[in-house]
Amino acid sequence: MKPRHKKLAAIGVGVAALGIVVALVLTAFQKNLVFFFSPTQVAAKEAPLGRTFRIGGIVEPGSVKREGVDVRFIVTDTAKGLPVVYRGALPDLFREGKMVVAQGQLREDGVFQAREVLAKHDENYMPPEAKEAVEKAHQAAKKGKS
Amino acid sequence: MIPELGQFALALALTVALFQSIGLTGRFEGYARAAAQGQALLVAFAFGCLVYCFVSNDFSVAYVAMNSNTQLPIQYRVAGAWGGHEGSLLLWTLMLGAWMTAVSLFSRHLPEEMAARVLGVMGLVSAGFLAFMLFTSNPFDRLLPAPEDGRDLNPLLQDPGMVFHPPMLYMGYVGFSVAFAFAVAALLSGRLDAAWARWSRPWTTVAWMFLTIGIALGSGWAYYELGWGGWWFWDPVENASFMPWLIGTALIHSLAVTEKRGAFRSWTVLLAIVAFGLSLLGTFLVRSGVLTSVHAFAVDPRRGIFILGLFALLIGGALALYAWRTARIGLGGEFAAVSRESLLLANNVLLAAAAGTVFLGTMYPLAIDALGAGKISVGPPYFETVFVPLMAPALFLMGVGPLARWKRTSLPELAVLLRWALAVSLAVGLLLPLAMGSWHAMVGFGLSLAIWIVLTALLSFRKSVRQTRSHYGMVVAHIGVAVFVVGVTLVKGYDAEKDVKMRPGDTVELNGYAFRLDEVNDVRGPNYLAARGQMTVTRDGKPVAKLAPEKRLYTVQEMPMTEAAIDPGLTRDLYVSLGDSLGDGTWLIKVQVKPFIDWIWAGCLIMALGGLLAASDRRYRFALQKDPALVRSAA
Repeated sequence: MKPRHKKLAAIGVGVAALGIVVALVLTAFQKNLVFFFSPTQVAAKEAPLGRTFRIGGIVEPGSVKREGVDVRFIVTDTAKGLPVVYRGALPDLFREGKMVVAQGQLREDGVFQAREVLAKHDENYMPPEAKEAVEKAHQAAKKGKS
Repeated sequence: MIPELGQFALALALTVALFQSIGLTGRFEGYARAAAQGQALLVAFAFGCLVYCFVSNDFSVAYVAMNSNTQLPIQYRVAGAWGGHEGSLLLWTLMLGAWMTAVSLFSRHLPEEMAARVLGVMGLVSAGFLAFMLFTSNPFDRLLPAPEDGRDLNPLLQDPGMVFHPPMLYMGYVGFSVAFAFAVAALLSGRLDAAWARWSRPWTTVAWMFLTIGIALGSGWAYYELGWGGWWFWDPVENASFMPWLIGTALIHSLAVTEKRGAFRSWTVLLAIVAFGLSLLGTFLVRSGVLTSVHAFAVDPRRGIFILGLFALLIGGALALYAWRTARIGLGGEFAAVSRESLLLANNVLLAAAAGTVFLGTMYPLAIDALGAGKISVGPPYFETVFVPLMAPALFLMGVGPLARWKRTSLPELAVLLRWALAVSLAVGLLLPLAMGSWHAMVGFGLSLAIWIVLTALLSFRKSVRQTRSHYGMVVAHIGVAVFVVGVTLVKGYDAEKDVKMRPGDTVELNGYAFRLDEVNDVRGPNYLAARGQMTVTRDGKPVAKLAPEKRLYTVQEMPMTEAAIDPGLTRDLYVSLGDSLGDGTWLIKVQVKPFIDWIWAGCLIMALGGLLAASDRRYRFALQKDPALVRSAA
C-alpha cells in the first residue's frame, strides 16, 4: 500500500470505530434516561407503564405502614397522592412529612413499585425534584382559586 | 486574632503568587523558585490557623461554626477543616503549594527557561484559587455574635475515611497541574520534544498514583459508611474523580510513546490540558453545590461567574495556545498499523471514549436542568452498558501492547508468542466459575481477561532485555488491574443479600453462613446515641465472626446513621446492617455476603504501587547527566 492509502485506511478504521462507539453510547443513553414525574402527572396518566422513572414529593404523615419486610407509604405533592410500595430498609433520613424521591416502575394497579428510595443526608436539604413538584402543585392550586 | 492572621497570610500568598507568574516570560527563574516556596509556607501557615480555630472551638469563625461542635472528637475537628467548600479550597491550595515546592526543588536539571515557565503557570493557577477563596469563599469570615456551639460536622463525614480520602484525592487532582504546567510551558517555548515528555512523566505518574489511592479510599468509605454495601454508585461526585483518572491513565501511556518515539506529541499535550481541566471541573462540581441544584449558583452568582472565568482563563487559554502552536509541533516518528504505537493509540482512544461517556452521563442531566427542560437522571445501567464493551477490548490489548515492538511488529510472531497465554486464560477463566457453583458467561469472560492480563504481564517480564524499575512498575500496575477485574467480576456475579425481620434469638441463613441475632442494646457515643445489635455468624456450626451493627442518632443535627458491621476476608466479606425497629423487639436487618470484594481495593493499591515503582526509576533522576540528547536539547 502507498502511504496515502495507508493513511486513508487508518482514517477509515478510526471513523468506523468512532461511529460504533457513538451508536453504542447513544442507544444505551436513550434506554437508560430516567425521567421525573410528579404525583399530579402520574394521576393524569402522563407517566409510562413498564418503564423506570422517578417520582418525588412529601411522605404523607400517617401513611407509612410496615407489612413485614415490605413498607407502604403515600407520596404527595399536596395536590395528589401516589401509593408507593418498597421492600427492605428505608434510608436513614426517610421520615413522614419529609421530602423523598423514589425510583421504580408504575404497576397496573396504580401503585408505584419503588426499587430505590433516596432521602439525602441533610435535614435542611430538599431533593430539588421533590421541591419543584410541590411548588408546581401549589401554583396550580393558586391559579385554580383565582 | 488568629483568623485575621490566617486571612492576612492568604492575601500575602496571593500577591506572591501573582509575582510568581512573571516566570511565564521564561525569565526570573530564581525569583519564581523562591516565590513558590514562600507562597507554600504562607498557605501552610493559613491552613494551620484554620486548624487552630477548629481545635480551639472558635465559633466566631462562620466556617468553624458550620462544620464543628464542642463534642466533636479531636481528629474530626482537624479533618473538619476540609469538611466544607471553603476549607477544601484551602486544602487544594495547600496541596498546590506542596507540589510547587517539590517542582522548585527537583527541577534543578531543567533548563532555566523551562523551570521558570512551569513555576509561572503554577503561580497563575494558585493566584486564581487564592483570589476565588478571598473574594467569594473565605474560610476566615467572622460570624458575630458568635454562637454558643457549632452545627457539628455532617455525621457521614465523621469517619477515618474523611481524614485520608480528601487529601489523597486532592494530591491527585492538583498533581495534574504539574503535567498541565509542563504542557503549557512547552507550548510557550515551542519545544515539545522527548525531553519534555521525560520531564513530565514522573510527575504525571505520581499524581495518577495519588488519584488512584484517593478514589479507592472514597469507594471503600462509601462501602462501609453508607451502610448498603455498594462500592461504586456512578454518582456524579464519583464520576467527577473518575474522569480525570481515565484521562490521566491515557496521558501516562501517551507520554511513554512521546518519550520513546517522539510520536503523539500534540495528542499528549491535549491530554495533559484536559486531565487538569477535568480535575478543576471535579473540584468545583463537588464543592460548589451545583450537583444538589444547578440553581445553587443563583443564590451566590459571584461564585459561579468566578469559577467560569477561572476555567475559561486557564483551560480556554491553554487550548487557544494549543490551537495556535499545534501546527508547529509536527508528527514525530512513523509507525506501522501493527506496532506498539498503534496498540497504545487504541488504548488512548478507548480510555478517552470511556471518559467521554462518563462526561455525557454526568453533565447531560445538569445541562438539561440548567436549561429548564425538565428533570432527568442517568443511572448505573447506562454506565455499565457502555463501560463493559469499551473496557473489555482495552483489557485485552493490555496483554498485547507490552509484547509488541515499537515501529512495526509482525502479527504471526505475536500470535505465536501469545497463543499459550490465550489458551490457558480462556480455559481456566471459563472453567473456574463451574468450580464456584454456577456458571455465568460474564464471570467466565471477566476471569479470562484477568488471567490473560497476569499471564501476558509475566510473559513481557520474561521477554524484556533491560529490566528497569519503570518496567517493573508497568508489570505491577497491570497485575493490579487484573486483581481489580477479579474483584469486580466476582462481586457482580455472586454477591448475595437478604432483607429480614429478626428478633433476638432468630437466625438467618445466607450462602452457607448462619447469622444469629443475640441481642440489641442501647449505647451512648461521644456525640450520638445508638442501638447496637450483637450477631454471631457460624458456618457448619463453627463460629466465624461476631458482628455489631449500629443504628446511630447524632444528637446535634438529629440525624440517624446506619453503621454497618463487616467481617472482611480474602475471599468474602460478611456485611450486616441494622435497619428500622419494627417495635416489639423486632428489627429489620440486611445481611450480605460479598465474594472477593476486597480485591477491588487491593487491585487499586497494587496499581498505585506500580505507579510509585515506575516514577522512582532512576533515569528520571539523573536525566540530564546521562542522556546526551537531553543535554543538547537543554543547552
